[in-house]
Amino acid sequence: MMIIATIFSFFSLVFVKINGESAIILSRWIDSGNLSLDWSLQLNILTASMVLMVNLVSTLIHIYSVGYMEKDPKKILFMAYLSLFTFFMLFLVSSSNLLQLFLGWEGVGLTSYLLIGFWNYKEKANNAALKAFIVNRVGDAGLLLALFTTFVVFGTLNIGEIKLLINSQNESYFNFLGFDIHSLTLISLLLFVGCMGKSAQFGLHVWLPDAMEGPTPVSALIHAATMVTAGVFLLIVMSPLLQSSEFSLNFILIIGSITCIFASSVAVFQNDIKRIIAYSTCSQLGYMFMAIGSSAYTLAYFHLLSHAFFKALLFLGAGSVIHSMSDEQDIKKMGGLYNKIPLTYITMLIGSLSLIGLPFLSGYYSKDLILEILYLNDFEYSLQFFTMGVIGVLFTSIYTLRLLVYVFHRESVADEKVIAHIHESPLIMILPLVILSVFAIFFGMFMKLIFTEINFLEMWSYTIHVDKSLDASFISQNVPVLIKKLPLLMILIGTIVILFLYFSFRNLVPFLKLRLSFIYNFFKNKWYVDQLYERIFVRPTFYFGKGFWKSVDKELIDNLGPNGFSRIVLSFSSLISKLQSGFLYHYVLSIIIGLTLLISLYTYIF
Amino acid sequence: MINLPILPILICLPLIGLLFILLSSENDEHSIQSKKSAIWTSLSNFLLSLYLPLNFNKEIPHFQFVNSFNWFNSDNLKFTLGVDGISMPFIVLSTFLILLCVIYLFPQKKKNMRMYLASFILLESFLIGTFSAIDLFSFYIFFESILIPMYLIIGFWGGDRRVYSAYKFFLYTLLGSVLMLIAIIFLYQEFGTTSIARLLDYTLPFYIQVWLWLAFFASFAVKIPMWPFHTWLPDAHVEAPTEGSVILAGILLKLGGYGFIRFNLSFLPDASIFFTPFIYFLSVIAIIYTSFIAIVQDDMKKLIAYSSVAHMGFVTLGIFSANMQGLHGAIVQMISHGIISAALFFCIGSIYNRYKTKEINFFGGLSQKVPKMAVFFLIFTLGAIGFPGSSGFIGEFLTLMSVYSRNTLVAFISSFGVILAATYMLLLYKKVFLGPVNPNIDKKINQLHFNEIITFIALSIMILIIGIKPNLILSYTTSSLDRIVSLYPITIF
Repeated sequence: MMIIATIFSFFSLVFVKINGESAIILSRWIDSGNLSLDWSLQLNILTASMVLMVNLVSTLIHIYSVGYMEKDPKKILFMAYLSLFTFFMLFLVSSSNLLQLFLGWEGVGLTSYLLIGFWNYKEKANNAALKAFIVNRVGDAGLLLALFTTFVVFGTLNIGEIKLLINSQNESYFNFLGFDIHSLTLISLLLFVGCMGKSAQFGLHVWLPDAMEGPTPVSALIHAATMVTAGVFLLIVMSPLLQSSEFSLNFILIIGSITCIFASSVAVFQNDIKRIIAYSTCSQLGYMFMAIGSSAYTLAYFHLLSHAFFKALLFLGAGSVIHSMSDEQDIKKMGGLYNKIPLTYITMLIGSLSLIGLPFLSGYYSKDLILEILYLNDFEYSLQFFTMGVIGVLFTSIYTLRLLVYVFHRESVADEKVIAHIHESPLIMILPLVILSVFAIFFGMFMKLIFTEINFLEMWSYTIHVDKSLDASFISQNVPVLIKKLPLLMILIGTIVILFLYFSFRNLVPFLKLRLSFIYNFFKNKWYVDQLYERIFVRPTFYFGKGFWKSVDKELIDNLGPNGFSRIVLSFSSLISKLQSGFLYHYVLSIIIGLTLLISLYTYIF
Repeated sequence: MINLPILPILICLPLIGLLFILLSSENDEHSIQSKKSAIWTSLSNFLLSLYLPLNFNKEIPHFQFVNSFNWFNSDNLKFTLGVDGISMPFIVLSTFLILLCVIYLFPQKKKNMRMYLASFILLESFLIGTFSAIDLFSFYIFFESILIPMYLIIGFWGGDRRVYSAYKFFLYTLLGSVLMLIAIIFLYQEFGTTSIARLLDYTLPFYIQVWLWLAFFASFAVKIPMWPFHTWLPDAHVEAPTEGSVILAGILLKLGGYGFIRFNLSFLPDASIFFTPFIYFLSVIAIIYTSFIAIVQDDMKKLIAYSSVAHMGFVTLGIFSANMQGLHGAIVQMISHGIISAALFFCIGSIYNRYKTKEINFFGGLSQKVPKMAVFFLIFTLGAIGFPGSSGFIGEFLTLMSVYSRNTLVAFISSFGVILAATYMLLLYKKVFLGPVNPNIDKKINQLHFNEIITFIALSIMILIIGIKPNLILSYTTSSLDRIVSLYPITIF
């Protein structure tokens, strides 16, 4: 089924080239006052190519998981979840209004929740799934607010109509929480909050590494090709809007570069093979957002696509490694696998090198272009951001090579039993790896033109914002050779460092760990972000909950309300009943008092 | 088409069914005969109530299917029935949920089953009466008489602390409605009529509006319930039997929202505008505060009860935003909450029937024991957290959007409620259904039986249909709401 879908989506891409943009309306959705929404599909070059990529990668992952999940008793459910995920992703990509996009957006969040918690007998998996959903919800709340603002400002949620109306709202201001904010800036920032959740940018990234508790094909699908890139995709779709807000672009650039440095530096100190790749995803997404922040939307999209291929490859390769190591994920317990599982090794190597950005592989073209654009940007601090990007490259090469060295090259430290069991994965798992590696090698080389050449930029500019001055010839003329070669230099440095640390001076590593334990722990514990959130958000929530419930609800309201009321009634009635004492002189006394009061009242009034 | 007096039929039919139930002489726990008559009554009533949407004219904003009866030999105090777009969906919801309750109840045993069924059938008649009464006096009578069967349901068939809960429930609601009665008497004194349609034409001076508004508010705020009048709800839910909770959360709470739209918003526009910040304040507190409380609950029913208060917070936000999206959102939110919370209470009831406890920590890994129920519960959970494509989302989205256009701060804070809702519902789902199998539940139990599956499927389909085609409800209400919205020109609070 998925294969058929892929073929169809390829045709639809061709169709777009012939027919140009169109939207297919399926049915009405909501009509309420001046709000009216349809169920509809948008067809243009951006959505069609994204659909093709999603379908292609998820087809491969479907094939792969047939092999990977073979022994799992719930594999039918698993395949169903995967397909559901793909459905929501396609829904997200191809929607023509923002609310429908939001449906796909939440839908992928839901299916990722289900998939991460797939092995739900594991407590850790459940917690990770819960965390993923809730952190994503924080972003979603931001996105919801963005939708509301969009509707209030533009009066529509249809993406095409919004694009037409942008210029008319360029000067408008919107009162948000008492501040008058430039409305387009506000919308873009709120959109970006949503993207931060979904694309795991610094601040809302905490769910992504934990999400590695799910089965490996899930990580590949969620983290490589599709879900995490949804944020990037959304910003690319809304690029004309972003373009009219300088501030939000800078903000995106800053967050993107922080994420890039943060995630790649943390990845260096992790030991779980999947977590390393997850942090790497995080930092690559940082690159994409940096590209968006410097208005190079086509390049962001280019990196998105090429990243999808090599990261899916890496995750699936990691899955293959884990599979052959009897479900071991700690790279410290692996080693010497290069001749035992040669096919996996080669494909992993290709993926890793592509990730590092070795020349002529996919990652090289897309990532280096982003760095060059950063350099060329006329933004005040562009050089600083460029430096951050380049340092990111350094870290990338270090953690990737470290991974390769630990898993494949050092002498094995695994159990006898595990070693005896090491085997190459079945063909149905290797085949997707091979196909993906072909893409990881050649995609960049062949597709580079489409994203940079002036004629093609013209084609993109119908759907997204394109700065036409930034075409290939312009870049090649204006970037000095040294700058161009700087990333490569960084890769070399990284390689040398790794070779030094892990081959020549092995004793240095434990020594450094000891001496620099503070720094080591800082990175090892992911900059203590998780602990901080635990203190700030999680504990107070429970504290507040208990407090509100026990002291306000039970003590205050109930005692003032029904319990207090009944107490008053009770005490009053007991007071009354005391009056009926049965002694005659009590009654006589009260009659006398009553009569005097009555008479005096009577005389007073008349 | 012949002109059926459909509303009197809908009200009287349960009473006839009630006669059959009461006349049967069974006294055992099964009471098959009574169950059969209850099912036939509620089924035919449900099918008959579908006559309303099928023959409803969407263009007319006024009351349709009007039937009028003399009451006190007075022209001004009549017993009038009729529906418009606002009340019609609630009548269908009532008959639908009562039918499901009876279906769900069919295979079960209970002491004095006959009377239990009788209470529900009686309740159905009163509910339809309340929603279709278009005369203040008859509305009040139906509104109050609902308390009687409900009080009995909680007080007789409830849990251990049922007497306290039933008393709390009764006290709160009665106190509110006494004030409403005063307001109704005042209106009759002033205008000499209690017909809602005629009262709509009058406008009152502001200071009188304020007092009347507060009187109506007292009654409906307790019913819906708003913070800080909500403490009866968790207790009532915890002690009520499953079907009682279903009806309580599913329909009774909606009376509050319905009353707000019908009376406060329609009669008293100036006072409504005046009090809107006050309502916003209470609603926001309700949303955030009860969500926090829901997170730390250890009884499933209590958790859902607190979440109901939060959901009703969205309803009041939507209603008093007084624009089309807000009112649409509020109505959809009420209907959808009626379905979703009913579904969740049914699920919890099924769990309770098997394990005799609702303690959250007692469970764990239930999805491995009853996988089908886990799937249904997940669907209902998603509905409750407002997942797009479910009915809950439409309500939350529309209400929040309308509030956002009025006051960004309120919408901003309320959107945290969306996050918190996901937290408590998914925590509940995790603790009960996921994780390793708790030794407590590791015994052989029955899978879902046929009646339960029917109930759950019907509810899930409703959730999806409303989520995907909300226009099915919205289109009926639009013309009636237009009149209300026109009372409120755009104002930014």
